[in-house]
Amino acid sequence: MLNEFGIEAQEKLSNAKVLVIGAGGLGCPILQYLVAAGVGQIGIADDDVVSYSNLNRQILFGQQDVGRFKVDIAKEKLLLMNDTIDIKTWKLRFSQKDCINHFKDYDIIVDATDNFASRYLINDACVLFGKPLVFGAVSKFEGQVAVFNVPINEKEKTVNYRDLFPVPPNNNEVLNCSEAGVLGVLPGMIGVLQATEVIKLITGIGKPLTNRILTYNALNQEFFTMYLTPNPEVSNYIPASVEAFENTDYEWLCNYSPTNVIEIEFEQWLEIRENTILVDVRELIEKPRLDFYSHLSIPLATLRSNLDDLLDKEIVFVCQSGKRSLKAVLLYLSVMPNAKAYSLKGGVNELVKKKLI
Amino acid sequence: MKIEVLFFGQLTDITGSSKLVIDYVDTTDNLKKIILEKFPALSSLKFAIAVNKQMVTDNISIEKNSSIAFMPPFSGG
Repeated sequence: MLNEFGIEAQEKLSNAKVLVIGAGGLGCPILQYLVAAGVGQIGIADDDVVSYSNLNRQILFGQQDVGRFKVDIAKEKLLLMNDTIDIKTWKLRFSQKDCINHFKDYDIIVDATDNFASRYLINDACVLFGKPLVFGAVSKFEGQVAVFNVPINEKEKTVNYRDLFPVPPNNNEVLNCSEAGVLGVLPGMIGVLQATEVIKLITGIGKPLTNRILTYNALNQEFFTMYLTPNPEVSNYIPASVEAFENTDYEWLCNYSPTNVIEIEFEQWLEIRENTILVDVRELIEKPRLDFYSHLSIPLATLRSNLDDLLDKEIVFVCQSGKRSLKAVLLYLSVMPNAKAYSLKGGVNELVKKKLI
Repeated sequence: MKIEVLFFGQLTDITGSSKLVIDYVDTTDNLKKIILEKFPALSSLKFAIAVNKQMVTDNISIEKNSSIAFMPPFSGG
C-alpha cells in the first residue's frame, strides 16, 4: 500500500459518487479505472449503441457488442471487474431536466461527451448546482484535461469552461472524432488523466488540475499546462437560475447539426415535391431567385415568427450553400418536433452548378 | 528580440506549424493582429490566449522572451 494512499483514501473512494456523462472514447477508460479504484457509486449516461468504428478506442466494447447499448455493456463488464460498485445507467442524452434531477445525487461530474452542446450544458449545470467538473476532450492527436468549478480557497474564485471559451464555436468550425478520425490511444490517455483527477479530488492527494487546463500531444508526447483566470464576460453567458437553464437551447446555441437532420439532393426533392413546401430562407436580395419553382420566401431571421404558415406541412428548406437551411430545419423541428423537414444539400449553389436554375 | 507563438489543435491545420518564432510584439492585441494578418483563416475560429502559460482576457503587454499560446476548444470524446 502506498504511504500517501491508505485505508482512509480507499474509504473516501468507496463513499464517493461520480457521474460519467458519455460512455465512448473517453468514458470507457474513465469508467474502467474508477471501478478498479473502487469508487462506490457510479452513474453512466449515453444514448448510443456500439458501432464498428467505435472499436478502435472504446475499449469496453468488442465485436460481439455491435448494435447493443453502450451503457448496458459497460455495466455488465464493469460489474465483472468489481461487483461491489453501485452502477446506475441512463440510455439518454443528458438534458437540462436530467441535470436537475440527478446532479444532486453525485459528488463529481465527469464530461466524457463528444459535442459542444453537451459540454456547455454540463458546464453550466455544474456552475448552477455547485458540482466539480472533470473535463476532457480530444481533437485528432491532442487532448485537453481540466478541473472546473472547485473552490481552492476563500480568495481564489473558481473557474469554469466558459471562462476559457465563453461562447461555443460554430458547428462547422470543429470536426468530431468520426469526421476527423482519431488515434485510438488518444482518448485512452486523456480518459485515464481524467480518472486520475477524479481520484485526486476524492482522496485529496496531489494537486488536481483545478483552474488549469492540460493539453497533451500524442505525436510528440508533450504536455502543456496553462493557468486559467475568471473571465468577466462569463456572467453574461451562464444561465443564472434553474428556469433560465431549462430555457436555454444548447443545440441551437452551438448551431448543432445532429445526424438526424436529413439533407436531400435536388433530385430527391423532385420526387417528393408534390407533398412538400419549398422554403427559401435567404434574404430577399440574394440571387439567383428560385422563381422557376413554386416556393415560399421566409428569411431565416424571420422564420420563427412565420412558422404559422408552415405548421404541419412537410418542408424542404433551401439557402445559398446549404448551411442556413440546416439551421432552419433545426428551428422548425424545435417547434414542431414531429414534423418532417429537410435541408436541400448544397443549396442554390448546387442548383447553379448543376445548371438547374 | 524574438517571441515564441504556440498553436494547438486544429489551429495548426491553418498555421502549418505548432510553433512560430517572430520578432517581438509589444501587446497581445498587436500580436493577434499580426497573426491574423498572417493567417486570415484564424479569424473565423475561437481560441484562448495564454502568455507564459497564464490565460489572458484583456490586452496586456508582452515581456521579452515570452511564449504566447493560441489554444482552441476541443470537443471530441
